[in-house]
Amino acid sequence: MSYTSIIGTGSYYPDSIVTNDDLSKYVETSDSWISERTGIKERRISSGEDTSELAIKAGQRAIEKAGISPEDIGLIIVATITPDSFMPSVACLVQANLGAKNATAFDITAACTGFVYSMQIADKFLKASDDIKYALVIGSEVLSKVVDWEDRNTCVIFADGAGAAILGRDENHGIISSYSGSEGDVKGSLTLYANPVNNILSKQDDKGKIIGMNGKDIFRFATQIIPKSINKVLESANINIDEIDYIVPHQANYRIIESVANKMGIEKEKFYMNLDKCGNTSSASIPIALDEMNKKGLLKKGHKIILCGFGGGLTWGSLLINWK
Amino acid sequence: MTIEKVKAILADQLEVSEEEIKPESILIDNLGADSLDVVEIVMSLEDEFGIEIADEETAKIKTVQDIVTFVDSQK
Repeated sequence: MSYTSIIGTGSYYPDSIVTNDDLSKYVETSDSWISERTGIKERRISSGEDTSELAIKAGQRAIEKAGISPEDIGLIIVATITPDSFMPSVACLVQANLGAKNATAFDITAACTGFVYSMQIADKFLKASDDIKYALVIGSEVLSKVVDWEDRNTCVIFADGAGAAILGRDENHGIISSYSGSEGDVKGSLTLYANPVNNILSKQDDKGKIIGMNGKDIFRFATQIIPKSINKVLESANINIDEIDYIVPHQANYRIIESVANKMGIEKEKFYMNLDKCGNTSSASIPIALDEMNKKGLLKKGHKIILCGFGGGLTWGSLLINWK
Repeated sequence: MTIEKVKAILADQLEVSEEEIKPESILIDNLGADSLDVVEIVMSLEDEFGIEIADEETAKIKTVQDIVTFVDSQK
């Protein structure tokens, strides 16, 4: 029995840094308001690069780190809610640009849980198909395209970036346990609408292709689901929280993590956080954080880490990984 | 007593001493709560007292006494 292991990570974000003070020129807000409510101090905003460009660069870096060739990749999954196009998918654009000619490529839409879901799908593909050697899994977003720049509750939070991982088989290290779930958001707590039915037979209002968020509902949801999700992967693996070296949560809002840490009696330092510099990049947030940890040398062989995604859908999922 | 339990929750969430918390204390203006603190306080109250507090009810809560009155009305 072999495990699905992360053998290389990569990330890429736009060069332009936008600070809280910069934002206060566009909307009525302040550095202290944003910092206290979210923990974010600055974020990267694209000055023209689209989602596929970020994904390609992050993917390239992960491939280099893994020391493999693009032709060795059998599967490419991109998690995104801000594709350049629905057809071709971002994954297909990545495939063409990286020359991964043997890869099956598709996007998935699962908001901030997207990367975790993608890893879970790739894990199952690797376990079920002998003909796939490596999978390239990417979370990539240009959320600045879909943010209402006049809504100070959302435009200060969402940002742009991409993170990637190469997954392969390993005898001793990799994903030990996995959990996921969904609950359809019929109430509309976190939305991003697509085209209305406007055709020769029907006329509907355009709800606007911008993010809508009920912050309080989402805060409540996140602080309830994260402990459940973490405990599920611990129980499945029969591992105690004290044995976990790092929890890498979706980088949504520092106050959510603070609340969860207090509730679970875990020290805050166990949660790796970098949203002060990156903002909330939805599906990209976990792989970006992971790549940063990897570059800093924080992840050692045998370390036990939990990736914990949660977000729009409503969706959630966690992975407990024995690091290679 | 309801007020004692409420004070304990507020002291913990807002990092103020229980002595500073009076029935007439306004959560936002006097005790320094922001909107996310209010969400967390409501969740703690729901857990502590086994009740549900709808968004419309939360919007009406301004002071410590408002919380106590509401909680007691649910018994």
